[in-house]
Amino acid sequence: MLNNTDLEKKINSELNTKVSSSKIVHETLNVSIEKDDLKEVLLFLKSNPEMKFKQLIDITAVDYPNKKNRFRMIYLLLSHEFNKRIIIDFPLNENEKVFSITNIFPSANWMEREVFDMYGIDFQDHPDLRRILTDYGFEGYPLRKDFPITGHKEVRYSEEKKKVIYEPVKLEQDYRNFDYNSPWQGTEYIKEIKKNNE
Amino acid sequence: MSKQTKTLNLNFGPQHPAAHGVLRLILELDGEIVEKADPHIGLLHRGTEKLIENKTYSQAIPYFDRLDYVAPMNQEHAFALAIEKILDIEVPIRGQYIRVIFCEIGRILSHILNITTQALDVGALTPSLWGFEEREKLMEFYERVSGSRLHANYFRPGGVHQDLPRGLDTDILKFCNEFPKIIDDLETLLTDNRIFKQRNVDIGIVSKDDALNYSFSGVMMRGSGVPWDLRKSQPYDCYKQLSFKVPIGKNGDCYDRYLCRVEEMRESVKIIKQCLEQLPKGPVKSQDNKITPPPKKEIKESMEALIHHFKLFTEGYRVKKDEIYTAVEAPKGEFGVYLISDGSSKPYKCKIRAPGFSHLQAMDYLIKGHMLADVPAVLGSLDIVFGEIDR
Repeated sequence: MLNNTDLEKKINSELNTKVSSSKIVHETLNVSIEKDDLKEVLLFLKSNPEMKFKQLIDITAVDYPNKKNRFRMIYLLLSHEFNKRIIIDFPLNENEKVFSITNIFPSANWMEREVFDMYGIDFQDHPDLRRILTDYGFEGYPLRKDFPITGHKEVRYSEEKKKVIYEPVKLEQDYRNFDYNSPWQGTEYIKEIKKNNE
Repeated sequence: MSKQTKTLNLNFGPQHPAAHGVLRLILELDGEIVEKADPHIGLLHRGTEKLIENKTYSQAIPYFDRLDYVAPMNQEHAFALAIEKILDIEVPIRGQYIRVIFCEIGRILSHILNITTQALDVGALTPSLWGFEEREKLMEFYERVSGSRLHANYFRPGGVHQDLPRGLDTDILKFCNEFPKIIDDLETLLTDNRIFKQRNVDIGIVSKDDALNYSFSGVMMRGSGVPWDLRKSQPYDCYKQLSFKVPIGKNGDCYDRYLCRVEEMRESVKIIKQCLEQLPKGPVKSQDNKITPPPKKEIKESMEALIHHFKLFTEGYRVKKDEIYTAVEAPKGEFGVYLISDGSSKPYKCKIRAPGFSHLQAMDYLIKGHMLADVPAVLGSLDIVFGEIDR
């Protein structure tokens, strides 16, 4: 069984050109790759007899509105046989598409739909790319940082029209974001201070 | 004259007693045989992840109660562990034991609900009446320790909010001694029941490979014979010090999953008993007052304690820039939190990995070729709760 350092070495040597960087954080190997190598890397990790990352745990994206590549895709994999986790990530521009991995991991289907629903990231070759969590006919991508927390529309039952209607959000009071961050030095961890003193 | 056949589209839910919440299932039927199932979810979507991004870390904990609302503390646990790992806080040993006790109580809560409602879906009323009486006792323990029966908000990064009230440990022990008898009673109603077996045996079979491919976890995976339990394989808190068995199934059908859940309840009782026996004395939460609030008494006397208290409940504690995925073995499977912090007192991103999401996804695969009447049986054995699936 490989430990994390050996695993890192092995992945780096077998996939040398495809890995842009790798590190071990919190006892988990993080591997950064390029967008176009995704399928090959996942297939390699899934089929290699020394790794066997056979289960896809989750797919998600992170939005960094100020970065050149706005999104970062994250894939979490788990190997039951070797009791190991691995995190794969790559940067992604706003108008780029990602290859769907539904034919490698069938469970990716809904996970990709969720990322599409929440971030508006398009998946190439996905069999059924529909919205999943939001309402029928919903507009916008809620987990993007520029989407307001109050949303755009609200729903109510209209007694006059005898049906459910959508209206722009009207709030009695605007959402208040209290910013308590002060120049007071927040948490400097006691352990760190102790360590430094020693 | 040639006969023409066409499939019938049936809309199952969102208001259907056997849908276990707000599931809308579009079924394509050929006579009574299901050809395709398309679950529409999201009717309970509340934007939990978005809300967490806009709240401080301690304000985020109550949202976790509202995910899988039949086992609230197990969810809080995953979030607390994530923060503890980033901040490198140690949880006092008593705090760890209390957390494990309440996680296992959560597991029993969830499994009782699942077993009895699954039985209800296939026609047995009595188990749910008997089971809910026990759930009431367990929720009373929740109330005594945290003040509320369901949405506990009890776990904190660094331990738990407060110590057990006097006498609670003996009452939990008393429950543990009585409960196995109740499980026996439930089993006499179901395990060898002819109708229950006819409705569940060989229904919704999952093979080992498919359990992996569809990202199953928890009982859904163990029912198919994969020995995998995060409490054993990647132990957190004090699970290492406890001895318990992980029941696994053989055939991967609804009946095996039912049997696994029953056995897991027995194991949970054993775990709670061990915890109560070994329960050490001492603090229940980290003594680092930059993370956990100081005792009320000190606030009246110490200026520093007052400042800590004020800062913790206004700005909250800051979490240094980091990324982490932590998972716990929730009653339904692997519940994970992928947390990205940016050094401020609010998470930059918090992705919640709910086990039920992947389980429900496989509905089409599970139900294809079965009869319409098997839909509730399979849904029941999936153990879905919409709080966590829709988030």
